[in-house]
Amino acid sequence: MEPVLDNLDLYWSGFLRSLGIIGWSLLGSMVLGTVLAAFRVSPVASLRAFGTAWVTLVRNCPLTIVLFFMAFGLPEVGVNASFYVFGVTGLVIYTSAFVCEALRSGINAVDRGQAEAARAIGLTFGQTMTQVVLPQAFRSAVPPLGSVQIAMFKNSAVVGAFGVGADLFSVGKTLTSAQGYAYIPVLTGVAIGYLVITLTAGVLLGLLERKVAIAR
Amino acid sequence: MARTGRVWIVSGGMTTHRTAAEGGGSGEPLVVLDHVDKWYGDLHVLQDIELTVHRGEVVVVIGPSGSGKSTLCRAINRLEPIDQGTITLDGEPLPAEGKELAALRAEVGMVFQSFNLFAHKTILENVMLGPVKVRGIKKDAAEKRARELLDRVGVGHQAAKYPAQLSGGQQQRVAIARALAMEPKVMLFDEPTSALDPEMISEVLDVMVDLAERGMTMVVVTHEMGFARTAGDRVVFMADGAIVEEATPEQFFTNPQSDRAKDFLGKILQH
Repeated sequence: MEPVLDNLDLYWSGFLRSLGIIGWSLLGSMVLGTVLAAFRVSPVASLRAFGTAWVTLVRNCPLTIVLFFMAFGLPEVGVNASFYVFGVTGLVIYTSAFVCEALRSGINAVDRGQAEAARAIGLTFGQTMTQVVLPQAFRSAVPPLGSVQIAMFKNSAVVGAFGVGADLFSVGKTLTSAQGYAYIPVLTGVAIGYLVITLTAGVLLGLLERKVAIAR
Repeated sequence: MARTGRVWIVSGGMTTHRTAAEGGGSGEPLVVLDHVDKWYGDLHVLQDIELTVHRGEVVVVIGPSGSGKSTLCRAINRLEPIDQGTITLDGEPLPAEGKELAALRAEVGMVFQSFNLFAHKTILENVMLGPVKVRGIKKDAAEKRARELLDRVGVGHQAAKYPAQLSGGQQQRVAIARALAMEPKVMLFDEPTSALDPEMISEVLDVMVDLAERGMTMVVVTHEMGFARTAGDRVVFMADGAIVEEATPEQFFTNPQSDRAKDFLGKILQH
């Protein structure tokens, strides 16, 4: 494990960089996915159509294609940003479709009567969603949302491969390709870095699930 | 258990269409359904419904399952949209989906068969949500009012609990308090006791009788014939999506006019 121990500082900075990508993508995809899920159950037909089209398009497109569109397609039409911004945005867009569907399964698990009662006391559609339906939907959607986000954590490595640079995955690339270290120890170090993130997330999810569980 | 109700002074020669002035109401029309029709596919669930509920009146809707009585009740606050005809509340026609409809629903209290208390909120929060979010009332004022209402329906000491920790009868009384917190012009009850254990039915009916005595305008879909007799000003009997008969409770139960009503009463009063 010498290559890892010799470059611990490099690994550490890569680990933090990856955490950054993951943090922004988690925040962005949850917000965007929630809005999309609300669209998909809204009484407005055009919003429903938009949500459905988004999910169909994005969910069925490989992540690498989405990232190519972001990093190389957008500059062609005059949109410029750093690879980091493009990468995170691409990952947010891609993950949002899965968040939307996981959350929609949670929304469907909320008894119809809850929304009816909310509407019956005069709450608007938006209030019904934010006050009554979504808080309950999130609780029952914690396990599938967890799976979606853990998949996103690992997908952040693909973003790293797109030249965002200096993330955990790129550290492996630098050490092997540029500095000639052996693959197995270097990649083992990278894998351990991701495992620290995903296993911690798994434990936190378990705690969250227990905390928000409600009797029905 | 004081199920006092209103004492019924019914003269023999009353017509089927009793005006509210003769009953509990002030005679002013509050809810008016005019030529209302609704279809589920080929099924004609509401057939040319004509119904006027006057201010202060208690209208009890009874009828066999699938007769359209719940649909009728739910149409009044547009939880079920209608296909033809008009429904007006206090002179205003029901608006289409949107902010205006939400504002109208705030004026119409609704109590469901399955209670539908917000499962993630405490009893107190359930009652406060509407006043705070819809009426914009300050939290401390809303809480004071909510506690008063919870005391009135006899569940004040349960305010900090969650709905699932209460019995069905308690939950339904909270649901009534939640609707009352909006100070509605009319209360709709969609089979409020049908999901309850027999011994819990009376505690909910007591609250409803009390409401009726305080002059609340009520539309009550129920199978509780005792309630219809004691608290109802008028009975509307529905079958197959149509209003078959309208009469005072006394007249309806002692001398039903239609064969359909005779058949229905014969079956339910048999045991």
